[in-house]
Amino acid sequence: MSDIERHTIAVLVDNEPGVLARVIGLFSGRGYNIESLTVSAVSKDEALSRITIVTTGTPMIIEQIKAQLDRLVPIHSVHDLTDEGAHIEREVALVKVVANGPERRESLRIADIFGATVADTTIESFVFSLTGKPEKLDAFIELMRALGKTEIARSGIVGIARGAKAL
Amino acid sequence: MASEPMNGAQIVIKALVDQGVDVVFGYPGGAVLPIYDALFKQNKLRHILVRQEGGAVHAAEGYARSTGKVGVVLVTSGPGATNAVTGLTDALMDSVPIVCLTGQVPTHLIGNDAFQECDTTGITRPCTKHNYLVKDANRLAQTLHEAFYVARSGRPGPVVVDIPKDIQFADCPYAGPGNVKHKTYRPQVKGDTRKIGQAVEMIAKARRPVIYGGGGIINSGPKASKLFTQFVKMTGAPTTLTLMGLGALPASDERFLGMVGMHGTYEANLAMHECDVMLCVAARFDDRVTGRLDAFAPGAKKIHIDIDPTSINKNVAVDLGIVGDVANVLEEMIGIWKAEKKTVDKKAVAAWWKKIDGWRKRDSLKFNTDKKLIKPQQAIKRLYEMTLDREIFITTEVGQHQMWAAQHFRFEKPNHWMTSGGLGTMGYGLPAAIGVQLAHPKALVVDIAGEASIMMNIQEIATAVQYRLPVKLFIINNEYMGMVRQWQELLHGGRYSESYSAALPDFVKLAESFGAVGLRATRPDELDDVIRTMIETDNMVIADIAVDPKENCFPMIPSGAAHNEILLGPEDEAEKPVSEDGMVLV
Ligand SMILES: Cc1ncc(C[n+]2csc(CCOP(=O)(O)OP(=O)(O)O)c2C)c(N)n1
Ligand SMILES: [Mg+2]
Repeated sequence: MSDIERHTIAVLVDNEPGVLARVIGLFSGRGYNIESLTVSAVSKDEALSRITIVTTGTPMIIEQIKAQLDRLVPIHSVHDLTDEGAHIEREVALVKVVANGPERRESLRIADIFGATVADTTIESFVFSLTGKPEKLDAFIELMRALGKTEIARSGIVGIARGAKAL
Repeated sequence: MASEPMNGAQIVIKALVDQGVDVVFGYPGGAVLPIYDALFKQNKLRHILVRQEGGAVHAAEGYARSTGKVGVVLVTSGPGATNAVTGLTDALMDSVPIVCLTGQVPTHLIGNDAFQECDTTGITRPCTKHNYLVKDANRLAQTLHEAFYVARSGRPGPVVVDIPKDIQFADCPYAGPGNVKHKTYRPQVKGDTRKIGQAVEMIAKARRPVIYGGGGIINSGPKASKLFTQFVKMTGAPTTLTLMGLGALPASDERFLGMVGMHGTYEANLAMHECDVMLCVAARFDDRVTGRLDAFAPGAKKIHIDIDPTSINKNVAVDLGIVGDVANVLEEMIGIWKAEKKTVDKKAVAAWWKKIDGWRKRDSLKFNTDKKLIKPQQAIKRLYEMTLDREIFITTEVGQHQMWAAQHFRFEKPNHWMTSGGLGTMGYGLPAAIGVQLAHPKALVVDIAGEASIMMNIQEIATAVQYRLPVKLFIINNEYMGMVRQWQELLHGGRYSESYSAALPDFVKLAESFGAVGLRATRPDELDDVIRTMIETDNMVIADIAVDPKENCFPMIPSGAAHNEILLGPEDEAEKPVSEDGMVLV
């Protein structure tokens, strides 16, 4: 058995009804993993959306996933960011922490260290907003969990290649 | 192009006519009444009324596979659409170009659980190549043309266009097919020349080459079969075909080893197992072909040509994958072979053939005949022999009879063999035969059927009779779901759970009640007469051939076994029990 790899794949699609269902159906129907999936319109004029999928599998499976995506009719292009060179990945987390006293102060201090911003506050709670690599978000969330009751919302990962070349 | 204003329903008819469609298989209902009204007012399109929507899709498949054209289906919303799902899945698995138009409740009712509403695009998304819900009347004509383009381009497949009833009434602009330049869907048809050169090199250097051709050769069109045959002849390489590929190389060609796979010949499977270079042409390494994957052609360098990149390196990792239309790629291969004056290693290949001829001598398709009982293989063999002078198209149902037909009926040309390979759909053969007969009114069209399968779409006899289609049902009646019984024998201690065909109709009387002709053979000496009468009768015929109920289909590679673990007959069966790993496979 070959090694399992993690790949971030960017897919440019026609922004039409059902296209996300096609992509998700492909993954569930063929038993591929989805670690993260994000989608948003990126161009109103051309009615394009960009889907970023983080998936895992053997090199043969990863090749299959890309070929399967590529043959869906409304798909413009499929880019394996992991294969195509250096790229950047970012995710946003909104983290609500309910705490009083020293825990509350500590949460603010840690947020400062991580560069999180305060998006909302009450006497007994904060909502922090943090952008970064998924691992950074993981670390931040773990620390916050130790300080009080938490609620977490994460955006999923978006990615883009470094350098001047654009899709 | 000034023309009279048309409504959506008229646009549908116009678009079909402009796409060169001459026949539509369908069944009416509330959500397609405007289209049926438009059909009524014209005479360019012929509508064939099936008796169940599933039949419409299979009929369109038979039409498409035997002509290379797109088959067209028209059904209503809700149950009309859901009944079409099996046929759509069948067409997807076997890459058959189909455009299926479904009626839908009016746009303002969508999502309200309206009468006969179902989420047709949702239900058919995984079983179509693509589907559309037309919500804007202005896009109807373009969507229809696009549907045909998608269905027939690249790897063909079924496309659904779901048309709400209000769109069928709305005034719409029309534009002809023109040259659809699809925004995103442009499959790669030309192969990579460098890789094609490498492939030629590998084949020329092979000592034990095998060519393994599949249904994609048929789908690509008759030119692909011609080029394939030419390449086989040039190289002299032993060649096998999959179930779907039969006819791509004339069965009479001395290089043809017979079919490969679970019920393929001994020589084809052993040649696959022991080859050193395998050229796979538009087949897809299906589990029915490969057997146990880790023991599949262990010593072979593998080359794979396919128009669908997902077929390459899916089940079997290959050494060289070439994406492109097989006709294009083969043409280039032949060009390079000739230009570089390539030859195979003659001495090595002669030795290879000697080995293969040894396997051939086992005569793995042989069967015993009996004085009292007709053997199923014998019935099919006689049908083949007695129709050699005719243009004949064969369809099948699914089961032992299907495999015996593939083994004993020999095809010289492509597009003459229609069978449900990927999905294995019982009930396919009769409606498919109807579609074939419509496309080839003068030809002899025979559905080699099983008595269980035929019951799945038996209602389509009425369709054949209504349109005076002289389709022949040749029922290999073993009174068992023979293939199920065979597996129960092999894997489940001979406990024939629910596999007996009880309460069968009297097929002769059944034929007569539909206005068809019924015949029966129960003894070997009656067989030829029944076949003769059947093929000479200019009417729909059901020939009920009572055969030995105990016969099993050999050779057989049990699931989970390797090619060289092939069972040649009942004697082998006892000696080589099926592995536990194999039991769980289908
Ligand atoms: C729609 C459908 N249901 C179930 C099966 C499973 N199945 C495969 S072969 C077979 C028996 C077919 O019996 P018959 O038509 O009499 O053919 P025979 O094997 O006896 O020649 C069954 C039930 C199938 N292929 N298709
Ligand atoms: Mg039977």
